[in-house]
Amino acid sequence: MSDTVEIEIPARADYVSLVRLVVAAAAELAPSLEPSRIDDLRVAVSEATTNAIQAHIRSGSTRPVKVCCRCSNGSVVVTVSDEGPGFDVDALPEMPPPESEARLGRESGMGISIMRALADNSSIDSSSEGTEVRLAFLVGGQVVHG
Amino acid sequence: MSVTIRRSEQPPWTVLSVGGDLDVVGAPDMRQAVVTAVAEGSRLLVLDLSELDFVDSFGLGAVVGALKRVRQRGGELALVCPSSRIRRVFEICDLDRILALHHSTDTLSELSVAGTDGATSTRRRP
Repeated sequence: MSDTVEIEIPARADYVSLVRLVVAAAAELAPSLEPSRIDDLRVAVSEATTNAIQAHIRSGSTRPVKVCCRCSNGSVVVTVSDEGPGFDVDALPEMPPPESEARLGRESGMGISIMRALADNSSIDSSSEGTEVRLAFLVGGQVVHG
Repeated sequence: MSVTIRRSEQPPWTVLSVGGDLDVVGAPDMRQAVVTAVAEGSRLLVLDLSELDFVDSFGLGAVVGALKRVRQRGGELALVCPSSRIRRVFEICDLDRILALHHSTDTLSELSVAGTDGATSTRRRP
């Protein structure tokens, strides 16, 4: 059995903090994740939601971005869906090594790496009709930072 | 919560204390504060993230931009970041390898930085 919270937001950057708030609150209601993992959840969801909003802004879409959070005893799974133009998940540019001069020229492009690093499982399905990011945080998942 | 930025001087350092959320909304404000400080001659810059509640890749991008700007002027950037939660985001992107991360502004007095007159470069890691 799981509890599901679904929200639709306008494609505006100032709604990202609301999504973080709602998803974190929903995850806290389902007493399954450690607080530090909820911190990870907030960051990963922020990345996915911001990307979705930007996809709508770039394409001129006035449709809402959809966020679904399913909480159970074993996991919290968040899905962020947009109707933007999509992108080639396998063709993301590689980030230069931190010590290289080129790295200082790259102020963006870290979001997907962060999502993948923080979630226990993640997937990105993207086509010309939109993108769906799925982020799963499992009870007893990743080593807790401290 | 939006971002808050407070500027102070701890010679030779200019300190920007950043609080709140450093995300797609807050990062441009910090970026602008850095641009202003550097344009006014600050080459040794500290971003004090002690009061920061949240950072994501947009915040990291603004920090990378700050590092680039001060280095272009022959200066240096230090971060005060006592929160393991915030540090973790920097570490995921390996930015802890190129940024001096400190637990407190107290350690700033122990830093001497290349570019200051007669100083040697000793980037101290806590």
